[in-house]
Formats: sequence, C-alpha cells, structure tokens
Amino acid sequence: MRRYLVARLAQTVLVVLLSLTAVFGMVRLTGDPVLLFMPMDIQAKDVDEFRERLGFNDPLAVQYARFLGAAVRGDFGESLRYRRDALGLVLERLPATLLLAGAALALTLLVAVPLGVLAAVRRDTAFDHVSTVITVLGQATPGFWLGLMLIYLFAVQLRWLPTGGMGTAAHVVMPAVVLAAFYSARVARLTRSAVLDTLGEDYVLTARAKGLAETRVIGKHTLRNSAIPIVTLAGLEAGQLLGGAVVTETIFAWPGLGRLTVQALLNRDFPVVMAAVSFTSIVYTLMNLLVDVAYGWLDPRVRRG
Amino acid sequence: MIKAWLGLGLTLVVVVAAVGAPWLAGHDPLQADFAAGLKPPGTPGHPLGTDQLGRDLLARVLHGARLALFIGVCTVLVTALVGGVLGLLAGFVERWPSAVLMRLADVQLSFPFILLALTINAIVGLGLRNIILSLSAAGWVVYARVVRGEVLSVKQREYVHAAAALGVGRTRLLFRHVLPNVAPSIVVVASLQFSQFVVAEAAISFLGFGVQPPTPAWGSMLSESRDFLYVAWWLAAFPGIALALTALGVNLLGDWLRDTFDPKLRV
Repeated sequence: MRRYLVARLAQTVLVVLLSLTAVFGMVRLTGDPVLLFMPMDIQAKDVDEFRERLGFNDPLAVQYARFLGAAVRGDFGESLRYRRDALGLVLERLPATLLLAGAALALTLLVAVPLGVLAAVRRDTAFDHVSTVITVLGQATPGFWLGLMLIYLFAVQLRWLPTGGMGTAAHVVMPAVVLAAFYSARVARLTRSAVLDTLGEDYVLTARAKGLAETRVIGKHTLRNSAIPIVTLAGLEAGQLLGGAVVTETIFAWPGLGRLTVQALLNRDFPVVMAAVSFTSIVYTLMNLLVDVAYGWLDPRVRRG
Repeated sequence: MIKAWLGLGLTLVVVVAAVGAPWLAGHDPLQADFAAGLKPPGTPGHPLGTDQLGRDLLARVLHGARLALFIGVCTVLVTALVGGVLGLLAGFVERWPSAVLMRLADVQLSFPFILLALTINAIVGLGLRNIILSLSAAGWVVYARVVRGEVLSVKQREYVHAAAALGVGRTRLLFRHVLPNVAPSIVVVASLQFSQFVVAEAAISFLGFGVQPPTPAWGSMLSESRDFLYVAWWLAAFPGIALALTALGVNLLGDWLRDTFDPKLRV
C-alpha cells in the first residue's frame, strides 16, 4: 500500500507541475500576452510600459521559471482589477463554493443512491421505468437552462425563493438542485447497474438461500460490494462540482470560485484567471488522488495494478 | 429498444430542422420588427412568439439547430481525427509516444472540461471558428485515451499476431488489421461526446463567450432571455427545450450504439 501511495503521490506532483506549465502556456503562447491582459482601448505607450513592468520583455524561459517559482509558493501576481493578491481573491471565494458543492453532493447521494438501489431491486417494474426516464432526462437537461426555468417558476412566478445571491438557506436551494440534477442522474444510473451486477453474484444467492431478510441481503451483502464504482464516481464528481460550477454559480450570482473565474475572464484579469484555473486543477487532481487511494483501500487488487 | 427508436427519431427531427431551417422557418432569424416585439407563442405568423426585437422565435430556434449541429459535427470530426491518430500512434508504437500522450492526457484531464474550453475560448477569441477550436482542444484527449487503450488490446489478438507472423508490414498491419477493429469505439465515443460538445458550446455562449448575438445560437439566445424572464418566459423556454431534446436524442442514440458495439467501453 505504501509503495502504491508514494507512486501515486509522485505522479500527482508531476501532473500539478505540468498543469501549471499548461496554464502558463495557454496564456503566453497565443500571441502578445500584454494585449490579452489589457483593456481593448489601450494606448501604445501604455502597452510598452506595461510590458516592461510585468517582465514580458525577458526570454520566455526566464518568464516561465519566474512564473513556476512564484506559483509553487502560491504567488500568481496581483489582480489587475482589484489590485490585490490573485490567490487571496481565489481563496476568499472558496467557502462559498465548498458550501454549494457540499450541499449538491449531499443532495446527490441522498437522492441518487436510494433511487438507483430501488430501481435495481425492483427491476423492470413501473418504478424502474419511471426512474430510468427521470435519469435519462436529467442527464440531457443542460444545468443552466434548468436554472433559468427554476428561477422563472420559483422566484418570478411563485416568489418562494430568491433569484440569486448568497445569504440564507433559501439561497442555496436552487443552485444546489441544479448542480445535483445532472450528477444525480449519473450516480443513479451507475448505482442501478452496479447493484444489478452484484445481485447476480453467488454470495447474494447464498445470503438469500440461508434465509436472510431482504433488507440485510441488500443493505449488507449487495450495497457494500457495489460501493466501489459508486464511491469512485461520487469522488470524481465532487471534483467536478468544485471546479465545474462556473455556469451554475454565474446564473445564481453565487459568489464562488466559478463566478470569479468567469468574471476574471470577462475582465481579462489574467493573474486571477491563472490563479483560479491552477487552483481548480490542483484541487481536481487531489480529488482524483483521493479517489484512487480510496479505491486501493477498498479493493486490494488495484494496488498491484 | 424504445430508447433507441426515440433517440433515432429525435436526432432525425433535429437534423431535419437544421438542414431545412431556411425553408421551414418562414422568417429571417435576424429580421427585426419593432412593432411586433415580445409577442407570446400562438401569435398568428409567429407560432413560438417573438423576441424583444420582434424576431421570430421559431426561425431563431431552427437556425440555432443548424449552428449547434454544425459546431457539434465539426468538433467531433476534429477531435476524432486528432485524438484518433495520436491514440493510434501511441498505442501502436508504445514506448515514448505512449508515455508522452498519457502524461498530456493526465494534465488535460486535471482541468474540468467546461472550464478548460471556456478559458481557451476567452484567450483565442470569439466567433464560430474559435469555439470549434476551443472545444476540440479541450475534448480530443478522450479519444486519444480510448483509442490507445483499444489499440493496445487489439494488438494482442491472435489475428494481428498471425498477420505479423505472415510478414505483413507495420503500416499495413496498422491500417488493415488494427484500425478497422478500433473504428467502432471511435464511433461510440463520437456519439457520446457529441451532446457534451453541443451543451458546452451553449454554456460558453451563454456566459458571453463563443458565438455572439445576433447570430441565433441557443446559448446566446438563453443569455439574452434572462433580461426578459419576468415578461417573456418563452424566450428562455424554447431554445432550452431544443437544446435538451438534441442532447437527449444523441445521448439515447449513443447509449444504443455503445450497448450494441462496445458494452464494456467506459467514457
């Protein structure tokens, strides 16, 4: 297990360094970075001054070394708009994103896992068919459109919930539901197929043959053995939730990481973009590592693979 | 089977709408008519109503299908070609091309797809060509990985060993014996990726990048509809329904293709 951990950790460090390189490359290799960083209506004199000040006249290798050296210390420069430490701005938004992602993940697991298990246990009944239709629709419905429709129904027409922003528990409801809808659909489908696979195993037959109650057969013998793919997907989706909520956060004016990223892109505030994208990528990579470690822990065969 | 037929039917409807948009629409999607702004669905001459500038919503939704399918098809072709060729090479040659490709894939998969596509798009700029470029740059890696994995497993099959033993050259081995057996996976991945690309394009245009107004893209139409949500629900409803039905149709078709050709494939 230790060797597996060390190998995975080394791989993760490499991926993080390469991801930082990719972020640097994306911003620098697509033309003049100064023009990217600047508003559209800038004077030529200011451009030259700006270029010198940010060190864009140095060779690319020097700039890269400087970026990487600063980035590993958490220094992505100063926001061009807010004149503040870029990473500080990103970290400031983290609690909001964590809250939303946590709510969405909890909702996903609470709804999707029981739905998937029930659909598998009652295979080919009306319940199974209805749940299949719901999950297929849930996967096809774009989150941002669902968000608009919910706002229209619950905020504009019924006036039950606020249209956006953060503050009370009521503010969390719609964004969490929108985020959870898509991921629930996937988790429910996977749970159903994982449970169906396990139900066919001999040990489930044995458990039934020795006269165990159905709740024990499902709860103990089936669910535990179906857990691995479900845990994997849930972990990967937790990573997606942290980084992929750009659209949902924007619709509901949720002051999180995703909205900050979109605003920074719109403002061409590239130090913040680089900080936010790098941070998201690192969190995402760490989530993947965590999933792999959990996987190795749950299933010893993986460690040797 | 119902799902397969539904998928096929919905996809056909979208294709017909996209191809036939100029004839089916009955209106120019860009033609403003300020006297007939924000008319609700069912207004004579405007079955889905009109937007804030009096443009016919049906015409805009139909032309939106044209744009969405065009972007989806182009992106799938580019990613399948680039990812397919690289995956084929990496799987066939192994050694360093394989190692380089896998590290590259790791890096790219350390960014959420939508965030990567959005950031690339913000950097390379707006417009139709650049959104296809951005989606392709963010999406090719899935093919590369799947194709590489398939090639690695196909290479071990007996008929490939037999052909190699008979003295078949490497190029011929690759194109004649390996590629045809990998092709079904490429088709399955394409169908499963298609709706992701179409929805991502809509999301990116919704956020103000990608395809810009007045071009009738579903994403930018939805974005504009937010300002009129209190008075004109139909502007938000119909482009979204069109988008969801497109995604649904192609998803169902993709599920069916996967179940038929490659049940073990994980994307």
